[in-house]
Parts: sequence; C-alpha cells; structure tokens
Amino acid sequence: MSHSGSAAPYISAIKAAVLIQRWYRQYVARTEMRRRYTWHIFQSIEYSGEQAQIKLYNFLGYLMDNFTPSSTERNLISHIFRENDVCWDSEWERYFCYKNIEVPEVYSGPHLTFPLTVEQAVGLLEAFRNKKQLHSRYVLQLLLETWKLLRMLPNINRISTCHSKEVTICGDLHGQLEDLLLIFYKNGTPSLEKPYVFNGDFVDRGKDSIEILLILFSFMLVYPRDVYLNRGNHEDHIINLRYGFTKEVLTKYKIHGKRILKLLQKIFSWLPLATIIDQKVLVLHGGISDTTDLSILTKVNRHNYVSALRPPKRRNHSSAGMSIDIEIDDDLWSTSKIYQRRASLTYPKPLGPRECFHNRSLQDFSTRIKANMENELENSKRREVILAATLHRSQQDILSVSTDSVSSDNAKDEWRQILDLLWSDPMNQDGCVPNEVRGGGCYWGPDVTEDFLNRHNMQLIIRSHECKQEGYEFCHNRKVLTLFSASNYYDVGSNRGAYVKLGPDLVPYVVQYQASSMTRELTARQSVGRTERSALKVLREQLFAHKSDLLCAFKKFDTKNTGLVCLIDWASAVESVMHLNLPWRMLRCQLVTCKTSDGMINYYDWFNELAIKGPNTDHIDQSLLETLYRHRSTLETIFRIVDTDNSGFISMEDFRQTWKLLSVYLKMEITDEDISNLAETIDSNHDGSIDIDEFMEAFRLTDKKSRLERGRSMFMHTTSDLTKLESDPNV
Amino acid sequence: MAEDIESEENENILVIHRKITAAFEPFDYESKNTVDVREIGTIMYSLDCFPTQADIREFIAEVEENSSGTVHLDRFMPAMTKVLLENKFPPIPRSKIFQAFKVLDKEQKGFLEPEELTKFMMEEGEPFTQEEMDEMLTAHTNRKENVIYYDKLINKLTADAPK
Repeated sequence: MSHSGSAAPYISAIKAAVLIQRWYRQYVARTEMRRRYTWHIFQSIEYSGEQAQIKLYNFLGYLMDNFTPSSTERNLISHIFRENDVCWDSEWERYFCYKNIEVPEVYSGPHLTFPLTVEQAVGLLEAFRNKKQLHSRYVLQLLLETWKLLRMLPNINRISTCHSKEVTICGDLHGQLEDLLLIFYKNGTPSLEKPYVFNGDFVDRGKDSIEILLILFSFMLVYPRDVYLNRGNHEDHIINLRYGFTKEVLTKYKIHGKRILKLLQKIFSWLPLATIIDQKVLVLHGGISDTTDLSILTKVNRHNYVSALRPPKRRNHSSAGMSIDIEIDDDLWSTSKIYQRRASLTYPKPLGPRECFHNRSLQDFSTRIKANMENELENSKRREVILAATLHRSQQDILSVSTDSVSSDNAKDEWRQILDLLWSDPMNQDGCVPNEVRGGGCYWGPDVTEDFLNRHNMQLIIRSHECKQEGYEFCHNRKVLTLFSASNYYDVGSNRGAYVKLGPDLVPYVVQYQASSMTRELTARQSVGRTERSALKVLREQLFAHKSDLLCAFKKFDTKNTGLVCLIDWASAVESVMHLNLPWRMLRCQLVTCKTSDGMINYYDWFNELAIKGPNTDHIDQSLLETLYRHRSTLETIFRIVDTDNSGFISMEDFRQTWKLLSVYLKMEITDEDISNLAETIDSNHDGSIDIDEFMEAFRLTDKKSRLERGRSMFMHTTSDLTKLESDPNV
Repeated sequence: MAEDIESEENENILVIHRKITAAFEPFDYESKNTVDVREIGTIMYSLDCFPTQADIREFIAEVEENSSGTVHLDRFMPAMTKVLLENKFPPIPRSKIFQAFKVLDKEQKGFLEPEELTKFMMEEGEPFTQEEMDEMLTAHTNRKENVIYYDKLINKLTADAPK
C-alpha cells in the first residue's frame, strides 16, 4: 500500500477498490437505463409502423368496397387486390415462362442448370458474397422449381432428430445477408447431416432479401428433406409494399421484377405454416392463441391466404353471411369497453452487475402501453375499419383461385388461426388478448402455453417475430423460446443474432453472433451511445410530427397562455399525445436543449428547436407539412402502389389522386392549391410527372444519411456511410 | 418567516416525491406500484445516488415486502425520500476516484495492466463478477498497448454523468 501524497488523505487499497466499484456500477446502471428506453423507442415505432400498414390496407380495402367501379381512386389501387388475374395452371406457366429470357454474354453472375446441385447452391452463396446478382431468367426458373416443391409440402412439417445429430433453427433474417453468411460460416451449410429450419421473415428491411430467398430456396431444392421453411408475417406482399422488399425486387430486376413478385406471392402462400420436431417441439414464426388448433391448421388450404391480412376469398356472398360476420367481429373486438394495449416489449437481460445475491437470471419483463382509454371515438373508429376489412370484398375483383370453395364460418376460423400463428407475441400475464400494438394476432400468456403444450403433448415452442438484444429469450417458464437471427437490427450494435441447435435430447443449445467487425469492437456502452443518438433523433422527428396535438396538450396546462409549462406538465402532455410510455422527465435534457427558466419549458421555443429544416416550405401550409412527416411512410407506400409500372415517377394527375386518397384516409382537408404548392417544391421538369424519391427527399422525409425505411433497416446507416458518420456530431 | 421556510421545505419534498415516482415508474411493469427487488439498485443509481452494494442490501431489507422479491412504492417512497433529503449516498468527486486509481497504480505509471485491475476489482472490496470485469476490460482497455489509462477512463465516464 502506498501513500498517495502528504496533503491528500490516505486511502487504503481496499477502500480504493470499493470506491471504484461503486462508481463504476453506478455508471453501468445508468447505461442500462439508457439502453432500455432506447430499445423501447425503436420497438414502439417499429410496431406502430406495422399497425399503420394494416390500417392502411384495411382502409384501402374499405375504399374498394365502397367506391364505385368507375371511380378513379379505386382504379388507382385496385391492382393490389387483383391477386390472381388468371386461374389455370397452364396460364400461370405461360405467364412465368422464363424460356424466352436471354442471358447476355456480358452477364458475369452464376448460371444455373436444373436439377440443382449442392455445388451450384454453394456457388450461389459465393456469388452473392461477391455482390453478384442472379439473372432474372434463373431467378424465375429457380422460383418455379421452388413453387412446385412447396405445393407438395404439408401445412405442418414433421421432422425427427434421429436420422441426424442436430437440427439448426434460425429466426428472422430480414434481408441481412451478412448474418446468413455468418451462420453458415459458423455452423456449416445445410446438408444431409445438417438439417435446418428457417423460421420466417426472410425479407424486408435488409437490402438483400431476394438473395436470402434464393439461397434458402436453392438449398431446399438440393436437400428437400433437410431444409424447412416456415412462413413469417413478412412473407406477405402487402407488408412488403411498405417494408422494402417490393422496392428491392423492382429495383434490382427492372424488367421482370413484377413477374418475380407475382410468383413470390404464390410461393409465400405455399410456405408451410409450422414445423414440429420429434413431435415435441413446435417451431413457428409468431406464436399461438387460446384457440390455436393444430388439427384445423393441418387441414386448411394454406395457399388461399396470399396475405394473412385478408380474410379468405369467398365465391358466394349473401347478406345473411354479412351480418354474421359483423356479429362475430363485434364479439371479438369488444370484449371489454376499454382496450388495454399491451406491448410485449420484453426487456432483455440487463447488462448491469449480477450479484451473487441476485444470481437468478432476470425473467423477461413486459411493458404495458395503456391506450388512451378516454378516447372512445378513436376506438370505435378503429373498430369500424376492422369491420370494414372483414366485410365481403366485391366479387368483380376477386377471382377465387382454388376450386374448393370455402364456407364462410370455417373460413373465418381458419383465417384467424393463421393470423394468430404469424402475428402473435407472448406476454407475462395469463390470458389472451388482441395484439393491438401490431394490429394482428394476439398476446398470449403462460397459461395458454401450458394448456396448449399439454393438449398437444409437447414440451417447447420456438418462435421468432420479436427482436431480442441477446438474439434469444426464454419466457413462460422456459417453455417458449424467442429466436432472432438478424443482428444489429435496429442499429449497429443494437443486438446480437442467435440460432439454436436441437439434438435428440431436445435441449436447445443457443449460439450467438454479431455481424460486422465494427460492432465487435464496440462494447455495450459505446453501442448504447450510438444507438441512443439514433433513437433520440427518430423520437425528435416523431415529436415534431405531432406538433399540433402537442400544442393543444400544452395549452391545456398553460391556461394563462404564458407559453411556459413546468417539467411535470410537459412530461404528462407529451405522454398523453405520444403514448410511448417513456420516462420523459429523464429524456428531457436530451430532447429539450433550449434554455429553461426555473424549471419551466418554453414550448414554442422547443418546437422551433425540433423543426425539421427543409427547403423553402413557407408557401406550404404548416399542418399539411406536419401531416407529411407523420405519415411519410404511408404516403410513400401509396405512391408506390400508384406507380404501377414502377418507373419511380407518377403523373401529376396520379399525384393529385394520391393526395385525395390520403385526405380521405386522414380525414383532413387538402385543397388543389395545397397540392399544386407541394408539386412546385420539387423541380419537376419531367413533363408533369413527379419523381417519388425526389419528393420524399425534398421534404426531408428521408434523410440521405439515415435512410429511414429505405431498403435497409429502418434505422440503420449503410456500412460505408458509417465511417463518415463516426465524427459527425449530428448523427 | 417560519411559514416560508416550511412551505419551501414542503415544496422541496414535493419535488423529491415526483422525482422518486418518475424513477420508480419505468420499472413498474404491471402498473401495480411494485418493482422487482433486483431493480432497486438501478433505481437508486438513476436518482444520482452512489450506494455501495452493502448500502443497497441494507436499504432493500428495510423496504422489501417480506421476502416476496418485490418492493411497493408505499414503502419505497418514505425510505428513498429520507435518502435524498440526507444526501446519504452522494456522488463521488472526480478527484477522489482519481486518487483511488492512483493508489492501485503502485508504480505511478499512469495506467494499469488488465491483470492488476482485475486482481483489485475481483478480490478486494465488493468484488466484481467475471461478467462485470469482462465488460470493464473490453470497454476500456487501450487496444494497442493493452493497458487501461485511468485518467481517460474517468474523463469518459464523468462526461456521461447527469448534470
């Protein structure tokens, strides 16, 4: 022990150690807090995006039912409902024929011959690793073979571990090729000795969704008894419209993209719904509900459900049938007058200190977001939309594909079964309630798991669907395992990915990883800092997008109209508008940097601070601008729907129609003048057509640096940009 | 006069109560005004307190609902208010931490080897777990020289501190 100096007090080494430990632990705990709410921000925004997409889709469906066949609005969007233009297999074969597609000499990508061999599959892996693209001729050919194979598979695959040593199960990949390559590197590629189950959500958000599909399909064709694919909620063309897969395919395959997407629609509908291992372990994408019945699921015609968001197509529709539907829905959605939105936002295990005192591992927690219970109006509006969606679709537009007709009662049941399978999330509390945060499926409790497993004589449910920081998480007494295989999903360093190996003992063995060398060097604290900055940026934008509502809320507290509110009132007002259940008081110093006098916040100053600086937008109505920000992804989705030839441009006329649509959807007034003003802001010198990308960027609706919802994950930067961003204080 | 002082005190307590509620809420997952006992440390830290592990255990013993593993706000509030009013676990001034590191740095090199730091952190005082140690080392060891510059470390961590 050394004396540290004559003037300073003597500290023994032991005391020094305690001091340092105490100090460091405090820091770690603070970091943990920040990580939790950062995660919470991303997750709430992600789920509300899913909810928004479902709402939009339901709305469009409602329009379809209620606009006359000749109306322009309807024609604009009807094509996304026209799922099957032709009926017969022979016609399909003609439509998807690849034989007349020529592969040019200059093409440097892989050439495929069928039947596929393992060398070719591995060759495909290598090619994609080297950033090559597979020619559309081969894509179509591969997809056709895949379609043929999938049609022969049952709804629920049954596999056993006795023939091989272990099954490897992977969760969501979301177009992140790096992760798939990492898994194959660590664990080996699929083979007779190395069977794999891929648990859905192969596409959307990441930038290599089509490549992932092609790899998975090619290995499946080579080893049909050793590669199993389960359908996820993103294997759905409606969801793909918003989350990037549609755009990716149309961009990469400009000429044949539409055909490829059409074929994929059919393939997605033919993907099996679940896999059972050794009759004891159920693997499926979302989860279960209290009504999940495997015997029903075994018998459904799964390919009738091209999108899980649509109730099944019916041949006949009678008004009697209609009223039955309405009753059923009323029951389903109004079990209690007041909704309680529960988010199964489970917090991953804290990174903080584990005492011997606290050495049991922390179970998952879940947060409940309470809906604005007073807002009955919103609730009944929502119910209306849901009801509308389940009304019979107009017959002219829907041609039934399958020759078996579906009876209306069974159809309803079946549909719900499939919806639950693909969309549900587990929760801590017992029971089963609708999953309103996402807008589909339900939240199911430990009692439902217990009951289900007992009834089917099983011991474990492996599912995916939710991002977990460690890549995996057990819940419900370790009877449910969530597995997520897309690392760095929300942002660089946000989470690990994981896969599971299951041997004959059926004890899951988890392997974790994290893609990108950048993240290996970042520790928990560093990645929190970066992720936190991203999250706060997104949060600030969301706040700005809700400016008018926030203003109203503040004014309620500021009765004397001083322009000031105290911190507590500020926090209450913000929560009442945003419904994100965040610790606003804690976040205040990061969100409000303008000066506050004696703990009072000048909210006008604050709004100025938040304002997203765009091009000169003075001539545009403020509330319209706000609408733009708030609903930007809906706007973009509608643009893409309207852009039927996928040129990236829409005509001035269609642009107008889009706004009219949006104004109906949002129930707000948008005048022709407003629309002209909007168009002016873009330098549109393309004979009266609007460049969609330019439009979105002009209004800072997409930031060139952090491309929100653009082919890449919602919040991620591309790796090449990352190095530039290191020193950028604005990121 | 006495009145003024009293009302000022009351206001002070009100502010403290709100602070405590705000810190408690994010951990009250089922909205029953209870939190898991394992979160108490984190909640105290988030209120800018720097208790030792022993302090935390003592505090928990006072407020836990008869070994149920949960703590109710009704008991947490008065106990935590007392802690804040008395400033029982004040933050550690930078100079003190710096000295603490210097004590460990026997040869006054200005840095610590990972083995040295590990020995102290895992054997003395309120020892770190392997996990805590690994995290600290991964985060703060200078990659090229494989040592920990503690002055840099102190600067980094205090820059993060709440204002």
